[in-house]
Amino acid sequence: MGIYVIRVPDIGEGIAEVELVSWHVQPGDSIVEDQHLADVMTDKATVEVPSPMHGKVLSLGGAVGQVMAVGAELVRLEVEGEGNLKANAAPAPASQAQAATVSVATAAPVVAAAPAAPTVAPKTAPAPVRSSAAAPHAPAALRKEGERPLASPAVRRRALDMGIDLRRVHGSGPAGRIEHHDLDAFAAGGGQVQAVGGSQYVERHGEEQIPVIGLRRKIAQKMQEAKRRIPHFSYVEEVDVTELEALRQRLNAIHGATRGKLTLLPFLARAMVLALRDFPQINARYDDEAGHVTRYEGVHLGVATQTDGGLMVPVLRHAEGLDLWACAAGIARVAEGARSGKAPREELSGSTITLTSLGALGGIVSTPVINHPEVAIVGVNRMVERPMLRNGQVVARQLMNLSSSFDHRVVDGMDAAQFIQAIRVLLETPALLFVE
Amino acid sequence: MKEMTTKLLVIGGGPGGYVAAIRAGQLGIPTMLVEGASLGGTCLNIGCIPSKALIHAAEEFERARHQAAGSQLGIRVSDPQIDIAQTVRWKDGIVQRLTGGVGALLRKASVQVHKGWAEIEDGKTVIVKPPEGEPLRVRCEHLLLATGSTPVELPSMPFGGAIWSSTDALSPDVVPKRLVVVGAGYIGLELGMAYRKLGVEVTVVEALQRVLPTYDEELTQPVLDALQKSGIVLHLGCSVQGWDAEHGVHVRNDARAEEFALPADRVLVAVGRRPRTAGFGLESLQLDMAGRHVAIDAHCRTSMRHVWAIGDITGEPMLAHRAMAQGECVAEQIAGKNRRFEPMQIPAVCFTDPEVVVVGKTPGEARAAGLDCIDAAFPFSANGRAMTLEATGGFVRVVARRDNHLILGWQAVGQGVAELAAAFTQSIEMGARLEDVGHTIHAHPTLGEAVQEAALRALGQALHI
Repeated sequence: MGIYVIRVPDIGEGIAEVELVSWHVQPGDSIVEDQHLADVMTDKATVEVPSPMHGKVLSLGGAVGQVMAVGAELVRLEVEGEGNLKANAAPAPASQAQAATVSVATAAPVVAAAPAAPTVAPKTAPAPVRSSAAAPHAPAALRKEGERPLASPAVRRRALDMGIDLRRVHGSGPAGRIEHHDLDAFAAGGGQVQAVGGSQYVERHGEEQIPVIGLRRKIAQKMQEAKRRIPHFSYVEEVDVTELEALRQRLNAIHGATRGKLTLLPFLARAMVLALRDFPQINARYDDEAGHVTRYEGVHLGVATQTDGGLMVPVLRHAEGLDLWACAAGIARVAEGARSGKAPREELSGSTITLTSLGALGGIVSTPVINHPEVAIVGVNRMVERPMLRNGQVVARQLMNLSSSFDHRVVDGMDAAQFIQAIRVLLETPALLFVE
Repeated sequence: MKEMTTKLLVIGGGPGGYVAAIRAGQLGIPTMLVEGASLGGTCLNIGCIPSKALIHAAEEFERARHQAAGSQLGIRVSDPQIDIAQTVRWKDGIVQRLTGGVGALLRKASVQVHKGWAEIEDGKTVIVKPPEGEPLRVRCEHLLLATGSTPVELPSMPFGGAIWSSTDALSPDVVPKRLVVVGAGYIGLELGMAYRKLGVEVTVVEALQRVLPTYDEELTQPVLDALQKSGIVLHLGCSVQGWDAEHGVHVRNDARAEEFALPADRVLVAVGRRPRTAGFGLESLQLDMAGRHVAIDAHCRTSMRHVWAIGDITGEPMLAHRAMAQGECVAEQIAGKNRRFEPMQIPAVCFTDPEVVVVGKTPGEARAAGLDCIDAAFPFSANGRAMTLEATGGFVRVVARRDNHLILGWQAVGQGVAELAAAFTQSIEMGARLEDVGHTIHAHPTLGEAVQEAALRALGQALHI
């Protein structure tokens, strides 16, 4: 029998550290080759780490949420035959992995000393607790909706005298009977409900700590970074999309069955592609530490996507080379890739400008946060039908706002305004989208 | 017309009205009570109390006759007689003592009592017409309607002469030889059984197929057995067509479509009571009604502000103890307290022989209400005290929720079980579970042990059966 140490794999592309997102094995588990050991996350890709060997898990190298250096000990296995480690060598202390992650040490949780007992929360902070004022009372049978509170005549009369509605009072007695001390507790709480149950107006006093780990931490870091570094300015313009919408519906009626349905997004993407030809400074990435802006000929469109884990921005590469249906399919593909966690790495980074839309939830105005190090983001608001004046007549038109943000360090207000106006013209006269 | 003002005017001096007035007086509310007949209402004068007195006298007489016929207890009695006039005087003495006591309590609480009939002018004004002298106009802030109920008359047989209402049956001029009782509800059976014990030939006619039709059959079976054993003739499923002095009561058996006559010297019509809502100007208030009775909310408020109603005028159950509790509830609200009339249960007792007590839900009612419940009964045949009282018929039954054993109801039938009502009601109001009653030491030897044993039996732990 030998000891085999599985290390954090090198995922490539110069990644030096990964975040441990979840464990799929526990110490003592017998595992087989290729069994899924853990999920680790790099940048925005989540990677499954398989086991190279059969064996029995002796210890885990870190806790969920911990940032681990590539090459750090991930899992220690007991294996048949010789392992890759001397049997009596001590497990690498978790602090070694910790030491390799100095750059994020402030955010990394302190790992529990026993590697076999991963803790979710930092040890210095209280463990996640659910507290409730009712904790001292064993939860008695709860009253169903409309069921009369159970209380002795003396308690009922006292409640009436005190102006207390017994339906709101927790009963600690047998069968949920409300006792005098329950009334006292209720009154002492200033008429606060003392426990869960019974009423839809029960106040709740529990709290729960949710560790900010994994994708959520990535999002938090990116947002913090974007807002800290980039002096945003936002610009909102109203676009009459009546004709565009008519065109879209016509195209869907004709080609929907064969080529797939179009949303507004591919039209918008096309308008952006065309407008960006005249505003190359907006299709760019700004490395403010190196002090240069990189302009791109290709438009790699970031598509802000809501996933179960949180916001992700998968990338539609070379949007300029796609027609409407290819663009629509591409957006659907990268969004689905992000949601399912199956997106290849190149679809998760390298965007040059981002498009964000909440569809029907788009609201009137938004102030999108730039996807650093890009320099612009275009946001789509809700489309609504409104009365508009045209040639002195009130007519119903489909209107939609575009709310966009720009990095004011490298994009001037005038350029940004002209860029959005160019998009507006293209969208309001959709034939222009197809004219080179 | 002389005018007076008061804060609270109570119409009706029955158990609802007089309790409301006493409590209001105790709370310092200027209170006036109007009663046209005598204080105490139906309950004290022509209901609960006199009927129980008569029932007691009849039982004593029957016991003496039973012993005269040869008693296994070894008591020898010869030729017992009853002087019914003296019995009525004795009963009237009790009634007088009680109604006099009510008057004294009202005086002590500084309630002004006016004898006379009330005529409502509006929600704040009532004319009181005394038997003699000038009417009085009373202006009040709060008006409490406690006018009670009256026996229902059969159109074919109006009260009077040989046709008795329950009131007449409680003050008999003679002991009739043959009595026909119309209605096998609790009033008809209580009085019918009492008269049977006085030696009267009693026949009961009931339109439904059961006696005491508001109770479940398990509960009424011992009563039915006792009726038959006592020699009372039952005509169930029969309706009364009329009466003539020569042939007696004309009865029609609806199922068999046959008609026959029941000879009778007296006919007691006990087919129910109806709220007294007419004859005192109630119409002028145009209160919301619920069928025949005045509609009230959980505070005993009618649809008119500061007009309250309690007792039989507010419908079923028409029971004195309900009216009393409502009266107290109203008085305290007028005194500014926050009160609601929301008892967990209102007990009902039927003073037949054997007696029947119903408190809370029966098994059928609990199941109809969608509750998953358990029930268990303990028979008095397994109770030592019942044996020593020669009263081994009947049982105590308990109904409880299956999930938490909260007691939902008690029913009992047997001699003397009326006194168990106190234990039943208390356990339910206190929110007792089967374990609470089952693990309370009940005195031995008493009938109350059957209460404990019923609870234990529901838990599968009965000791004496």
